[in-house]
Amino acid sequence: MLTIENLHVKLEEEDKEILKGVDLSVEAGKVHAIMGPNGSGKSTLSYVLSGREGYEVTEGSAQLDGQEILEMEPEERAAAGLFLAFQYPVEIPGVGNMTFLRTAVNAQRKARGQEEMNSTEFLKLVRARAKELDIDAEMLKRGVNSGFSGGEKKRNEILQMAMLEPRMCILDETDSGLDVDAMKLVAQGVNKLRDAGRGFLVITHYQRLLDHIVPDVVHIMANGRIVKTGGPELALEVEKSGYADFAGEVA
Amino acid sequence: MALPQPKIDTLEARLGALTMPADGWPRAAREAALERLRAMGLPGARDEYWKFTRPDTLTAPEAPEAALFDAGEPPMFDAFDRLKIVFTDGVFDPAASDDLALEGIEIARLEEAGAADLHWAREVYGTLEARGHAPVPRPLAALNTAYATDGVLIRVTATPSKPVSLIYRHASTTSDAYLHHCIKVETGASLTLLENGPAAARFNNVIEADIADGATLHHVRAQGRDHERRAATHIFARLGEASVFKSFSVTVNGVMTRNETVVEMAGERGVAHIAGASVGDRGFHGDDTVFITHAAPDCESRQVFKKVLRNGATGVFQGKILVPSVAQRTDGYQISQSLLLDDDSQFLAKPELEIYADDVACSHGSTSGAIDEDSLFYLRARGVTKDEATDILTLSFLAEAVEEIEDEDLAGDITARLEGWLARRRG
Repeated sequence: MLTIENLHVKLEEEDKEILKGVDLSVEAGKVHAIMGPNGSGKSTLSYVLSGREGYEVTEGSAQLDGQEILEMEPEERAAAGLFLAFQYPVEIPGVGNMTFLRTAVNAQRKARGQEEMNSTEFLKLVRARAKELDIDAEMLKRGVNSGFSGGEKKRNEILQMAMLEPRMCILDETDSGLDVDAMKLVAQGVNKLRDAGRGFLVITHYQRLLDHIVPDVVHIMANGRIVKTGGPELALEVEKSGYADFAGEVA
Repeated sequence: MALPQPKIDTLEARLGALTMPADGWPRAAREAALERLRAMGLPGARDEYWKFTRPDTLTAPEAPEAALFDAGEPPMFDAFDRLKIVFTDGVFDPAASDDLALEGIEIARLEEAGAADLHWAREVYGTLEARGHAPVPRPLAALNTAYATDGVLIRVTATPSKPVSLIYRHASTTSDAYLHHCIKVETGASLTLLENGPAAARFNNVIEADIADGATLHHVRAQGRDHERRAATHIFARLGEASVFKSFSVTVNGVMTRNETVVEMAGERGVAHIAGASVGDRGFHGDDTVFITHAAPDCESRQVFKKVLRNGATGVFQGKILVPSVAQRTDGYQISQSLLLDDDSQFLAKPELEIYADDVACSHGSTSGAIDEDSLFYLRARGVTKDEATDILTLSFLAEAVEEIEDEDLAGDITARLEGWLARRRG
């Protein structure tokens, strides 16, 4: 589903290479986790895939369902089925959460040549999905992420994901700033979306999120490359002995 | 001090084109206003208070021509139940207006009031305007008091069931309209006053609002989207003890709009919130000038102004909070911000605090910025196009000002209009 080949990325503003040849393939129905120390390039990978400005791809490719995505605008990637759950969701006061969700859903539908979702259908869906994430009517009415706690913001990311039903979900440090209960709730939301047609790339620094979202494959990233790939047990290894050993493998 | 000759010339040229109405009791107030005006002269380009806004087209003897504007949509506030008072090119239009009768208020037309003995109006007309010239003269308001030909005098004795809506219509490309409204909200009474519509080629409007103890006046004004609008407006509000005055203006397009709001917090525990949201393109020039005097202790004032500018538009904000030593425990807040959508537009701001009391909480801030890249990326990553995302963030920027409107339905209407206007520009 998502195929990344020999991806090299540098910062636009300075001559600093962040990703130094990433190869990665996420199949439909699978959950891949990327773990790695701070500064290894995990978040950069998520930004480059979703189209954030400020990065320059110097080599390599990334394809979603056979479609080259690196030349696309961010909104085109979203319409193609890519979703990034942000590490730091942005606050947009004064724009109702519900209005925003509807705008996003319909913008993607429009881009795909589908009809807009009618408001009754939309409302019904949003209420059901929100309930599963313990998001109340008040949170739907408030400005997007405006004054939300860390946990509320992350749950709101998952709500957006649930509403947009992307093919490929990238979760960037979704566990950061969450207490155990909030993390369980978020994980539950993610697990509910796991199905044969959808792929996940879960980026995390700590193993604990992977207790709740159990991955099929775990990659260790260090110094801009995937240095090791294995099963869930790899995450436990990291938990026990840290990243130092893996960094050693690179050097 | 004698006026310099150029000021005298400009003033006399302007006065030569006007005739003072020969009405009854207002005549004395008019003559007093003319005397004030002769002492201060009309605003000139070198006056400090007009540093950011050129007054010449507002003071010229003839109104510059302004094309009529067909909005192609229902007028603002159309869906709301309200008492409609219509002025076309500054002249009361009885056929288009409702009966000027509503329980809890008395309404008289300025043009007819001279013959009637309206004690309360005599105490207001020209009085609040006259108090509003210190320390800064506002000659266009004195000019208005002297020569205004029409307007309404509204006395509010209770809480009427619906808002009073002043609707302005523009029919002649050269009309030069002078309206003067007086509003007296009696103790404990409350009123919502709406204003909307292009009024004339050039419009000079004054509202004097005397808000008694425990009374409330909510004012919501829509200026837009007529491109060639030239308007100089003044609101002079005097607030009694524990009274509330909230005024919000949305200003869209228009080549010259100067809105001055002068508030005197005369009684303890008064609350004044003055807010504005502007959207300007190309030749837009929108100036909000606010002066709030805390003349009594324990009052709260807020100024919230937001301006979206692009394609060379100019936004101006001059806002002052004056806190004399008597006004202990004043709570004053002022924020003015611009969102510059390109490099050609400019925002000129002069925020001022002058505080003599030692126990106050006053803050002010002024910023200019572009669309936030992180927010833009967030929206685009959700599938929203760049243009639509820019509009969403623009609305978000304006929201803090729009939220100052007390009535949620009115605020919702204005947000929906802003949304529509932004989308229309996107084409």
